[in-house]
Amino acid sequence: MKEGYTLVYKRPDTLLKTRMHYCPGCFHSILHKLIMEVVEEMGIQNDVIGVSPVGCSVFAYDYMDVDFQEAAHGRACAVATGIKRTLPNHPVFTYQGDGDLAAIGLAETMHACNRGEKFSIFFVNNAIYGMTGGQMAPTTLEGQITTTSPYGRDPKNVGYPMKMAEMVSQLPGVAYCERVCLNNPANVRKAKKSIRKCFEIQAQNLGTTFLEVVSNCPTNWRLSPIKTLDFVENNMLKYYPLGVKKDVTATEEK
Amino acid sequence: MAAKGLVEISVETCKGCGLCVHYCPMKCLAINEADTNSYGLHYAQSVEPDKCIGCANCAVMCPDGAITVYKQSN
Amino acid sequence: MDKKIAFMKGNEALAEAALRAGMTGYFGYPITPQTEVIEYLCKEAPKYPKFTVLQAESEVSSINMVYGAAAAGGRIMTTTSSPGFSLMQEGISYIACADIPCVIANVQRGGPGLGTIQPSQGDYFQSVKGGGHGDYKLIVFAPNSVQEVVDYTYNAFDLANKWMCPILILSDGAIGQMMEKVILPEPIPARTAEEMRDEKPWATNGKGKRTKRNIITSLNIQSDAMERRNNELQEKYRRIEGEEVRYETYKADDAEILITAYGLSSRVCKKAVDIAREQGLKIGLVRPITLWPFPTKVIDEFASKPNVKFFMDVEMNVGQMIEDVKLVVNGRKPVYFYGRTGGILATAEEILEQIKAKM
Repeated sequence: MKEGYTLVYKRPDTLLKTRMHYCPGCFHSILHKLIMEVVEEMGIQNDVIGVSPVGCSVFAYDYMDVDFQEAAHGRACAVATGIKRTLPNHPVFTYQGDGDLAAIGLAETMHACNRGEKFSIFFVNNAIYGMTGGQMAPTTLEGQITTTSPYGRDPKNVGYPMKMAEMVSQLPGVAYCERVCLNNPANVRKAKKSIRKCFEIQAQNLGTTFLEVVSNCPTNWRLSPIKTLDFVENNMLKYYPLGVKKDVTATEEK
Repeated sequence: MAAKGLVEISVETCKGCGLCVHYCPMKCLAINEADTNSYGLHYAQSVEPDKCIGCANCAVMCPDGAITVYKQSN
Repeated sequence: MDKKIAFMKGNEALAEAALRAGMTGYFGYPITPQTEVIEYLCKEAPKYPKFTVLQAESEVSSINMVYGAAAAGGRIMTTTSSPGFSLMQEGISYIACADIPCVIANVQRGGPGLGTIQPSQGDYFQSVKGGGHGDYKLIVFAPNSVQEVVDYTYNAFDLANKWMCPILILSDGAIGQMMEKVILPEPIPARTAEEMRDEKPWATNGKGKRTKRNIITSLNIQSDAMERRNNELQEKYRRIEGEEVRYETYKADDAEILITAYGLSSRVCKKAVDIAREQGLKIGLVRPITLWPFPTKVIDEFASKPNVKFFMDVEMNVGQMIEDVKLVVNGRKPVYFYGRTGGILATAEEILEQIKAKM
């Protein structure tokens, strides 16, 4: 502590000191930090169990100082179902990318949400496969160039980008569903509140809580971290509008 | 008059992405292009510390949790 | 409740045995001919407040629910039949690599492909040779009666905990569907949350008072770590091979011809041995109960005996376990094969005829 100063912000203790493997400017790291801030502030570090996916965030368990399981590609929601049904009083969350959640694991995602499994899903949508080196994701935008859509995504051939938050919000089992973004300080602060809301609604056993986090990928978008901010603003958020898609607590209050 | 702030940036944790520089409302921060940390990355540093208002935007955006922010006590 | 004598279908007896073993969670997907397991558990669930049963959206999902639930410290089981077992292989590989104890039952049906819903032993390879990717093993029990299904299932949960690995109960559509008299073992009371924590200090059940968090993963991205993990697994498998081999011999001591058969086939082979003995033919049976670890030693001993003329391997497939028998016999004696597929079980007379043709 500095003499004559009060602390305004510090890295949460729940986030291990380990250097994260993410590329400079990657929003994954911001989301890791936010989840751990919420875990710290809610005092649930000793209860919570996380599930990491296959993808860039496969090593999430190396950074968050809580019990963690590493699932097979796409199966995080199945693994989390098993955990939560075994330990119904513990907060459980999955952390998944777009390939994991919306491609190979779509069935597990939809069915977990449809059953209203009482865990929180943090879904990072950066419209690309990061770990394998920039292939097309289910959420890749129309015309977006990836290594497997080198001439731009052609929806007539490979389909349209999937709006997961909108799809998931249609399922009765879902208690809370929102799309947030981490592209500026205001949105980051907002996202943190939403993460907390997910854990709070989970604790009330109201249903599945789903947070889609519009993210970036400087390396595979072939953009500098600052330039990704423009792409997020001008392209991602045009197609993936932010906002609460469903909140059963809001309707209850009325 | 805004309160006086103070930022501490961990040189070794910083990856030089520049998000803190971009979002600093007072333009206190800059990437040190002349030096690198042990990972070979340029890092952010406070170049005009007197202007800092302790808003913590830099730390909020920092993906790597490299920044600690203080505000002068009354 | 204590020990109980009942007349039960194989699949229902399996489910009852698992409940009596203190199972805390079951995740499965309906597939003929094992669907009675989940049906029975759904019906019985209200009697067991600490037990959770869930019909998953697929076998891919159910095995991964098992992974999550077992890693969180539960006593967990899934059951399926052959095509579903194929779908589970990736998950089983993860579970084996992560040292997670659980119980899997495969009530086999005929393949390949969608195949038939009739009984088969066509999954020997994918049960004992690993099945999924990488070098791993499951302890595989091949019961040949409803009573053995009950006994092996009941003991499987503790055995899984002992070795920190999945246990596979490999039966087939006939054993699953037939009704027999069974003695049901005494129920084990369900564990409390505290007991579960004490029993499994490695489980991901929240950091609690532990100073270190627990991580369950099968990812070993550095070469040296992956090799170390493989060496540890292999070392464990060598110890299992030393301790867990189970087999049965039947009228084999003076036998000149030895039948090798497991599971359902072994029952018919016993009958064939009896008929042969009545006819004065010195035929005996070696029946592996654990398909892995394989009863290498006993087969090796018979292969060395001068009076043993040949082996006849009998399976409900086109020849799978015969490869392991041949590896042990290693050319010392001929090893012949007789098998039927499509759900057809060879008769004792048919088997005897095949043996006589080789004499």
